[in-house]
Amino acid sequence: MSSDDADNNRRRFLTAATVVVGAVGTVAVAVPFLRSWSPSARAKTAGAPVQADISKLEPGQQIIIKWRGKPVWVVRRDEAALATLPQVADQLRDPESQESDQPAYATNEYRSRKPEYLIIEGICTHLGCSPTYQREITADFQGGFFCPCHGSKFDFAGRVYQGVPAPTNLPVPPHYFVSDGVVLIGEDGVA
Amino acid sequence: MSDNNNNGNGLIGWIDARFPLTKMFEEHLSKYYAPKNFNFWYFFGSLALLVLVLQIVTGIFLTMHYKPDGEMAFGSVEYIMRDVDWGWLIRYLHSTGSSAFFIVVYLHMFRAMIYGSYQKPRELIWLFGMFIFLALMAEAFMGYLLPWGQMSYWGAQVIISLFGAVPLVGDELTLWIRGDFVVSDATLNRFFALHVVAVPIVLLMLVVMHIIALHEVGSNNPDGVEIKKNKDANGIPLDGIPFHPYYSVKDLVGVVVFLILFSVVVFFMPEMGGYFLEHANFVPANQFKTPEHIAPVWYFTPFYAILRAIPDKLTGVIAMFAAIVVLFLLPWIDRGKVRSIRYRSTTFKWLLIMLVVSFVGLGYLGALPVTPGRTLFSQIFSVGYFGFFLMLWFISKNEVTKPVPERVQ
Repeated sequence: MSSDDADNNRRRFLTAATVVVGAVGTVAVAVPFLRSWSPSARAKTAGAPVQADISKLEPGQQIIIKWRGKPVWVVRRDEAALATLPQVADQLRDPESQESDQPAYATNEYRSRKPEYLIIEGICTHLGCSPTYQREITADFQGGFFCPCHGSKFDFAGRVYQGVPAPTNLPVPPHYFVSDGVVLIGEDGVA
Repeated sequence: MSDNNNNGNGLIGWIDARFPLTKMFEEHLSKYYAPKNFNFWYFFGSLALLVLVLQIVTGIFLTMHYKPDGEMAFGSVEYIMRDVDWGWLIRYLHSTGSSAFFIVVYLHMFRAMIYGSYQKPRELIWLFGMFIFLALMAEAFMGYLLPWGQMSYWGAQVIISLFGAVPLVGDELTLWIRGDFVVSDATLNRFFALHVVAVPIVLLMLVVMHIIALHEVGSNNPDGVEIKKNKDANGIPLDGIPFHPYYSVKDLVGVVVFLILFSVVVFFMPEMGGYFLEHANFVPANQFKTPEHIAPVWYFTPFYAILRAIPDKLTGVIAMFAAIVVLFLLPWIDRGKVRSIRYRSTTFKWLLIMLVVSFVGLGYLGALPVTPGRTLFSQIFSVGYFGFFLMLWFISKNEVTKPVPERVQ
């Protein structure tokens, strides 16, 4: 192939140019295939906001709403539950919710718009199990949520305790109260 | 040798002139010289191949009745179990086959460790083998989602969430893998495609490469002696015997014994007390309710126990993956020149015992719910597991070994 009068620079340039064009083409073709794994338009539509009627919720009760396929909890906290929040603060990893995921209006001790109503995603920030609601306040556990998978504990505001595997507090989804008895999950609203 | 082959008459001769049939048969079977001193531990390579064929055949027949659909998947598995003629047998062969695959592969890997089969010049055989192990874990994990039971669902949710520990892109990555905000129909459908098409193709390709690499350098043996060093006038290793018929017949005995044990499980204890098929998986997937106790199938529990031993998400995930990565590096971690445990130091034997105890201990603890005491033991065993590799690196450099014989004993 190689002869004395061959222009090796020219060959090298053509080889490099072919490789570069081929690589760009490969990447460009890969994009549609990789993007096909993203949530489809249908899955995104299913992520539209949902309304929940909370007017019949008694103090201490929890209901589960499905939003984006995830369980979202609405808990009406009673006086005793709210009273534990300041008491457990020093045992928590992120009591001020600085590292956690919630809208600005829920970045407070109650992690909610109204102290009484906690609206929170019921998916453990460790590995995605759904913790269980522990309503009773005992000497061992001041109540809140307990994840059976890997033992993570959260208080009545979904704030994570220290020394458990979950890294952050349970996320608070965007929500607002349409009226006193109806909450819309998935939108920040104006309130 | 190929010149002679072309002279044959008849059908074989006709084929040999067009395709290296006789040549390949000789290279890989009738003139592949394997050491004459293979023992019990050498059954597991051919058994792994047998189980692979079993899984492919039963898997193909299962896809003819199974529906990869979030609404129908659980029902279609029950349909296979109850309404399809012999469907229960095909399904139990497949589910028992997955556990059998890991038993055989773990023993096969242990064989390589005791006889130093990963050492120079067999590093690539070991690496291909490790990639097979990795592909097998992916295959098993994705296959486990398909019955769409509670454990399928929450197991997948937990394992996919592991990728959420990746800094910066973790959340987008898990969203991309699932194709939805939680494990859903989209996830099931893509796992089905990967489980029945993509991963098996990769697996088969890796198995071919594993065997080609093995036949290039030749098999190791329980003495760890290189049989190619001593050849007769014809260039045939003095301590070698043709794989076929000697080992093909010997392996047949292994196959018979294996199939007897395998049948006992398939026909009398297909769930194996909840270890092969977990009880929670007989309940349809429910995205609002996590089972009280989540455990992976037994073959993942050692790695799962390492994950749980560390009370920090990112570090736990890193440790779990490191437990697999460190196996890849074994040929370079072991700096010893003596292969077989028969001639290695007592320290090596104790280290290996420590590894086995740690691995089995982790496997046992990984299947149980967490308690503070068990977490402590998981931590001790995790140290034992990683300690094996760390200490092997130190002791193997100037290890006091026994003299290795010139030829196979």
